[in-house]
Amino acid sequence: MDLSKLKQIDEWTWTVPPAPGEARGEVRLYGSPELLATMDNKVMEQITNVARLPGLAGPAMTMPDAHWGYGFPIGGVAAFDPEQGGIISAGGVGFDISCGIRCLRTNLELADVAGELPSLARELSEKIPAGVGEEGDLKLAPEALDDVLARGAQWAVEHGYGAAADLEFIEEGGRVGGPVPQNVSPLAKKRQRGEMGTLGSGNHYLEVQVVERIYDEAAARAYGLHEGQLVVSIHCGSRGLGHQIGTEYLVSLAKAATRLNIRLPDRELACAPIHTPEGQQYLGAMNAAINCALANRQILTHLTRRCFSRLIARARLETLFDVSHNTCKRESHVVDGRKRLLYVHRKGATRAFGPGHPAVPERYRAVGQPVVIGGSMGTGSWILAGTAESENRAFASASHGAGRAMSRHQALKQWRGRELVDQLAAQGILIRTRSMRGVAEEAPGAYKDVNAVAEATEQAGLARRVAFLRPKVCVKG
Amino acid sequence: MSVARSITPGGDDYFEHDADIGVIGRGATLEESFESAAAATFAIMADLAAVRPEQSVSLDFEEADVEIALVRWLNLLLALSHEHGLVFRRFWIERDGVRWRGGASGEPWRRDLERGVEVKGATLTMLQVREERDGWRARCVVDV
Repeated sequence: MDLSKLKQIDEWTWTVPPAPGEARGEVRLYGSPELLATMDNKVMEQITNVARLPGLAGPAMTMPDAHWGYGFPIGGVAAFDPEQGGIISAGGVGFDISCGIRCLRTNLELADVAGELPSLARELSEKIPAGVGEEGDLKLAPEALDDVLARGAQWAVEHGYGAAADLEFIEEGGRVGGPVPQNVSPLAKKRQRGEMGTLGSGNHYLEVQVVERIYDEAAARAYGLHEGQLVVSIHCGSRGLGHQIGTEYLVSLAKAATRLNIRLPDRELACAPIHTPEGQQYLGAMNAAINCALANRQILTHLTRRCFSRLIARARLETLFDVSHNTCKRESHVVDGRKRLLYVHRKGATRAFGPGHPAVPERYRAVGQPVVIGGSMGTGSWILAGTAESENRAFASASHGAGRAMSRHQALKQWRGRELVDQLAAQGILIRTRSMRGVAEEAPGAYKDVNAVAEATEQAGLARRVAFLRPKVCVKG
Repeated sequence: MSVARSITPGGDDYFEHDADIGVIGRGATLEESFESAAAATFAIMADLAAVRPEQSVSLDFEEADVEIALVRWLNLLLALSHEHGLVFRRFWIERDGVRWRGGASGEPWRRDLERGVEVKGATLTMLQVREERDGWRARCVVDV
């Protein structure tokens, strides 16, 4: 990104000054000069276009891991006020609606089970459906799927996937309000048949990780984490159903914007005012997809537990937290000194409520909501805690991953999957995949430095670092 | 109808995008460029030369905007591939005014088919369909 086009507000905050006479909302980019310099100029262009959309409340923002997306940049956060003509945008959520990370803490120490990791890697890769073309054992007809879309992870628990105790540690108790399964097309429901309980591919993964270092003792204690402990992270979303909703509504909202005479800077920002039938239809379908994703990660949690218990009878896996990073949620925030009900789009950004927020589970309320920054398979991931400051700076939002530093195209030219798998094995990281091409595209070197992202997230006041997780086993989709 | 040909991941049928992939279809006609874009999209997921065209599906839709038609064409193919558990190798489409009729053939996923990454859907980003001096070009970014 051309930093000469930015104006620095403070050490970790930047803006794009409007051109003379230009009427648009404020833009805010969080990050270090080094991270911002790695971003494509398109990130600045896209977030500036978001700031031109109707009903924007507060600034349109990018997180330190931002990269060029479609419509909104990935790592983009923007809130819209329905009482001010505010919009909802399919491109502001993304196709993989409610993609997110479920983090499980175990009662196992790496030192005690290191010898079991190759068997565990084999078991997980055989039992967790992962990669393009892979289906799960659960086949749901469209009618049965409506129940999942209405009740999310609660449906999964009621059908024997996991325990009720999991629900407390999933956003919204495992079921988001406002789903309208009837707004989901029959084709989307057919596409999901066979895809419940599957990981998907691309940057999705299931990792067994070790807590390598604790940075915040009090928060780590509340989260039940200590150094040397094994944890599991599951990164996936709403699968084919969410993808189909995203693709269908992207087109229908683009047409609605034309019909409603909304002047879009680019039609990839397809949207409709929240208070229109088109906006409400997408909202209902998107909420249904969020519930689909929450159920999917709940089923995968259950499958993961079975893999562990088959090999290590004493293994216990508890849900630390489940947080989505592709959503639009109705939340109350103070803007211009007034509390307002806003629709907060987070596309590749994690909600990060601070200490005392009523939506944070009671066990964590004193320290803030767990935030997970998923890194590449060769580097590591971070657990952070939401801060009170983040509420004022970014509608309580934080980074979600390392963020790509180069395209898949470039990565394919630079790396070979087999070589990467061997190199990582030599470092004690076991990769299991059906796609060596996918491994090359997901090479650790194709991502930004996750440690720099976590540091920038903390320094910008968006969330504070709690623990660093090092991968030991990675099942890649 | 597009015939299976060698498409190199990261080669000339693609263009740069940070997180996703841009696909480019080329052809002597508008329809051929759509078929070529479909082949480039499915080649992200599998080695098309190894896919056997054993089962066919058909589709039709109405769309006046040719650029939106490209997005709908690709997304319908992706949806049908998931619905039927198929990976496609051959593609065909015809246009009659605003009416589009097409289809694809392929086979169920086999364990020994080399896998790439799943394409979630076609987007409106960098979307362009136009006739150039050497034929038609149809392109857009697909979300992976």
